[in-house]
Amino acid sequence: MSLLDRLADKRVVVVAGSGGVGKTTTSAAIALGLAARGRRVAVVTIDPAKRLAQALGLEELGNEPRRVDPARLSGHGLAVSGELWAMMLDPKRTFDDLIARLAPDARTRDDVLANRIYQELSSAVAGSQEFTAIAKLYELDREGDFDVLVLDTPPSRNTLDFLDAPDRLTGFFEGRALKVLLAPTGLATRVVGRGGSIMFGVLRRVTGVDLLADLSVFFRALGGLLEGFRERAAGIKRLLADPATTFLVVASPEREPVEEAIFFHGRLREAGMPFGGLVINRVHGDEHPEASTEDVAAALEEPLGAALAGAVGENLAAFRRLAARDARAVERLRTRLEVDDSVLVPQLDGDVHDVGGLAAIQRHL
Amino acid sequence: MSLLDHRLVVVTGKGGTGKTTVAATLGVVAARTGRRTIVAEVARRADVSGALAAPAGEPFAETQLRPGLFHISIDPEDAMEEYLRDQLPSRHLADLLGQSRSFGLLAAATPGLRELLSMGKVWELAQDERRTPGARAYDLVVLDAPATGHGVAALAAPATFARAARTGPVARQGRLIAQWLADPARTAVVAVARAEELAVAETVALAEQLRARLGMELDGVVVNAVSSDRFDEDAEARLRAALTEDIEGASGWAVRRALADLGVARAQRALMERLAGDLGLSPLCLPLAVDPQSGSADLDALAAVIESDGHVLREVRGKGGQRS
Repeated sequence: MSLLDRLADKRVVVVAGSGGVGKTTTSAAIALGLAARGRRVAVVTIDPAKRLAQALGLEELGNEPRRVDPARLSGHGLAVSGELWAMMLDPKRTFDDLIARLAPDARTRDDVLANRIYQELSSAVAGSQEFTAIAKLYELDREGDFDVLVLDTPPSRNTLDFLDAPDRLTGFFEGRALKVLLAPTGLATRVVGRGGSIMFGVLRRVTGVDLLADLSVFFRALGGLLEGFRERAAGIKRLLADPATTFLVVASPEREPVEEAIFFHGRLREAGMPFGGLVINRVHGDEHPEASTEDVAAALEEPLGAALAGAVGENLAAFRRLAARDARAVERLRTRLEVDDSVLVPQLDGDVHDVGGLAAIQRHL
Repeated sequence: MSLLDHRLVVVTGKGGTGKTTVAATLGVVAARTGRRTIVAEVARRADVSGALAAPAGEPFAETQLRPGLFHISIDPEDAMEEYLRDQLPSRHLADLLGQSRSFGLLAAATPGLRELLSMGKVWELAQDERRTPGARAYDLVVLDAPATGHGVAALAAPATFARAARTGPVARQGRLIAQWLADPARTAVVAVARAEELAVAETVALAEQLRARLGMELDGVVVNAVSSDRFDEDAEARLRAALTEDIEGASGWAVRRALADLGVARAQRALMERLAGDLGLSPLCLPLAVDPQSGSADLDALAAVIESDGHVLREVRGKGGQRS
């Protein structure tokens, strides 16, 4: 059973893995493959290569899915009976939209959006992309316009951030920190007011009072959004654990992506999230393991001459060193992730940047 | 001025391009020149020790991996504890604050504070007079920084906090660190790329972000995993001609392989020329040097390439007034 067949009854496919392993391309190829199976698919990507974005008609950040022109999809040996939609996520705008949606009134919304701390810090720091990606996914799922959503996760250095985003948010907005900050006797009051305790005197001394005042305004304004955030975070958790959601782990056969994939799979298991399959990209495969490199080079001496045959032999030897490394990496991943039917996508000769390339990849899925 | 004559070399770039490999290799090269060197990574990662096939040290400990080459994995919480001890008049106060639940929650919830504390520790490592009690100075700190966007955010954190806090110790400290980081004689930034479209575009964008947000220039670009250029045009023509003859089986595969790899090498060359043109920097190309057993990059082989080519070490720009 192919990976695409196994995804047939899913509503949400989250594609995870470390940076640079071809997550975006894999996500787009999966979406194309599912559309070819008759489904109405939206792929949410973060930062596609320019030419791939162009191929999908994603020149502009729209922050809402747009349908990929069926004319672009035809003529690649694929009959696309479904619909392929794509969007490129704008994290800052998603965050702003979320604040606007959750704010109980216009004043709270404006207070948060205008706050210096929010503006300067909220979009630039680690974790905000992860959170906004998942918030967008949740929204699209609720709107229910698509049969299946494919999420290309942000190129986070630490995939952990992604799984933790809803939890961290719930934990924080559940009020542990906010209670301290917002209670009548809480931090915000003490900082802004006279605040006599030793601890807050010390705190003020270390951080500088201006920063704290801004922070307390920020948190107080966010406090108005508390109820909405709590619901949202709980909803996101439910969505991620839903049987119709699945996580694909993407790796390439290099040391760090392999270790990251093993780590991420462990985290999925701990968190009780559904693991739906392993995709290993850029695998160098030895097509003729029976022929030694020396024999190949010797056989080519007559048609090519000794020097060129030698160079072809050297090239083959280098390729085979990578093939040997990749075979070990695949073995290690299959053992550690306890899968025996991982999808191997061969190293393609050049970047994938058009629908034809995606169509070629989805045939491996 | 050599790249290695700075006090801090920040290595960043697109995810998956091999930042850790390059940071660790620069550390190896620096240590071989006799510089007391530490490679630092942030967010509790231990990739550098993994790349050097050494056991990971205790978090936040400065662990010697090879003679003269140390490693530290910086945890923001440890950095916070150290900072409080350094800033406050008594250990008692620092512990009081460190153990305070509300302070911990506030610190965890404050956007950007983790980046600030991590960069503060990196700065501390690079000082002649270390604040860490009993710690010796390093000649060079190599930072295996987060990927492009997060890397720029981390570098910008001290200045951002200085602006946000305006007055007080955080502002003062932030300003001090920001000025130190922006000094081209002390801090160099190296981007790691691959000869792939997305990585090249991101590297050019990184240079723009560094300039716009921080007033910093890239000091070097390393293109990782570059294919060997084994075949010239004449060779290509002969390979194509041979394919039309009856070469089959493994021999035919080897010839098609050679033609495909030749095409990849050519596309890579074009991308590297574009990168060099856009940045006004000539990139250092590192070959794909892999230990097939471990799957790790062969750092000693890469260090030898840097030592023999080495223009990335010599021709650091901005030392003749090119920085504005």
